[in-house]
Amino acid sequence: MSIALERDERVVHRYFAGQKTRFLQEWREILQSGHLLYNLVHRDLTVRYKRSILGALWTLLHPLLLTGILVIVFSHIFRFDIEHYEIYLLSGLLPWTFFAQTTVSSMAATAWNGPLMKRVRVPKSIFTLSTTISGLINLAISYLPLVGIMVINGIKFKPAMLFLPVSVAILAVFTFGLSLMLSTISIYFVDVREMFAVALTALMYLTPIIWPLKIVPPRFQQIIQANPLYYFVEMVRIPLHAGIIPSAKLLTVAIVMALASFLFGWLTFRRMSRGFYPHL
Amino acid sequence: MSSIVCRDISVTYPPQKAPSLKEWALRRGNRAKPFQALTDVNLTIEPGEAFGIVGGNGAGKSTLLRVIAGIIPPTRGEVITRGVLAPIIELGTGFDGELSGRENIFFNGSLLGRSRAFMRRCVEEIIDFSGLTEFIDAPLRTYSTGMVARLAFAVATTIDAEIVLLDEVLAVGDASFYDRCEERIRRFHQTGATIVFVSHDLVSVRELCTRAVWIDHGRVVTIGDANEVADAYEKRMHALPAPAVATV
Ligand SMILES: Nc1ncnc2c1ncn2[C@@H]1O[C@H](COP(=O)(O)OP(=O)(O)OP(=O)(O)O)[C@@H](O)[C@H]1O
Ligand SMILES: [Mg+2]
Repeated sequence: MSIALERDERVVHRYFAGQKTRFLQEWREILQSGHLLYNLVHRDLTVRYKRSILGALWTLLHPLLLTGILVIVFSHIFRFDIEHYEIYLLSGLLPWTFFAQTTVSSMAATAWNGPLMKRVRVPKSIFTLSTTISGLINLAISYLPLVGIMVINGIKFKPAMLFLPVSVAILAVFTFGLSLMLSTISIYFVDVREMFAVALTALMYLTPIIWPLKIVPPRFQQIIQANPLYYFVEMVRIPLHAGIIPSAKLLTVAIVMALASFLFGWLTFRRMSRGFYPHL
Repeated sequence: MSSIVCRDISVTYPPQKAPSLKEWALRRGNRAKPFQALTDVNLTIEPGEAFGIVGGNGAGKSTLLRVIAGIIPPTRGEVITRGVLAPIIELGTGFDGELSGRENIFFNGSLLGRSRAFMRRCVEEIIDFSGLTEFIDAPLRTYSTGMVARLAFAVATTIDAEIVLLDEVLAVGDASFYDRCEERIRRFHQTGATIVFVSHDLVSVRELCTRAVWIDHGRVVTIGDANEVADAYEKRMHALPAPAVATV
């Protein structure tokens, strides 16, 4: 684990009983595994569509099709009173999809790479990190159709829209922390994956993504606001949909939750990752 | 400087897998005892050695390789290795069944910290050595066990890994591949790289290894010259009517 070059210029590793996984050490190992990280992300992005006809086009088509269906259902059948419903919907759906896909795929990636972790020492959080990175790349690509829709609708560019990457970065930290925690725990307890999938479905409907917060009676709005995802979806949506920078209160809540998620994710990982082997 | 040093290594596997939260909660009280797979193993392996590990099924040989590779943390003791370690080459699946043989070569290279540019320079030599030219663009899941082993061995020995850990793979390669491996192992000896080699085939242990260790029920029985260790182990195996399997 401790890597240093000695006089004979060979990499030295030392593993001993009771050794702790240290934060800086883990990150240094990830940096040293840069080529592996690149390959994992590359594999994520290509293997996903390897046996499909349209290939990577799906990344663009998926949000468009989904939005198309939801727009038909909700702007013609239910009718919420929102300006540019399709932009409201898509700008909230994209961060949600990133969150949902990254958490679920991190658990799958960590489990699938069990055979790899049995044959070679790798920093075990690299699978969560690579999944988050490929999720971000997919997210960036799926903003293209949204920009297209905004242009068609004649939305004017506003400087506040440039805040989007900051919002996404805060969301990414939150997602990475939670994913790290979930994928660590799910190595020990496989049913965590199923339980989380159910929770996600429920959460999707409890978060104002398809519907606006204001359709909820005021006394229930507080309950909706107890859901952490509410803040993250709002924070990512506002710069594009409303063209303003999220409020200081919203940002503070989101940043605090992102840091807490990162901290708890890391603590769980540190405590449990050394015992992975018999469970892989 | 030794390339591998194991000091008083012990490994204990936890009692049992708790595959789900539900079972874990239900069985808290009555769990089985932990299993001690290795007990006080001491080893020193020098650069350039081909070192054999022999022992019955369940003796702890694969566990020892994994401790050396830093995959299983020892419960007691410490391991120090010097040099770039190749992934353990063992029977069974390769790294990614969906990727082709060629893509797996690059993937394997990245595990050893090699860049794509570096790998592009030696990919032809690897394919050539593995003898898999015809199949190199087919997905790895279509490969036979021996073909995967060939590919893994070719990668590890072509791109200058300094420590190669082999777990019973030479037995599945055919005679022509075995000869080529033999040549590579001798070359390794000259360049100062180290091979640790688990095998049930005592002939290849005698032929290829300089030294060897015999492990039984997680303990070192004999360590020393490969021929002597093989002799001692053989004598014991034939003295018993059926080879002993460690009880779990
Ligand atoms: N994940 C695990 N959890 C619990 N016990 C394990 C685990 N892996 C191995 N063991 C136990 O550890 C012991 C040593 O296993 P190991 O795989 O090291 O044996 P081996 O010497 O490689 O045997 P073989 O020659 O059959 O490959 C075995 O008795 C096995 O039951
Ligand atoms: Mg074995």
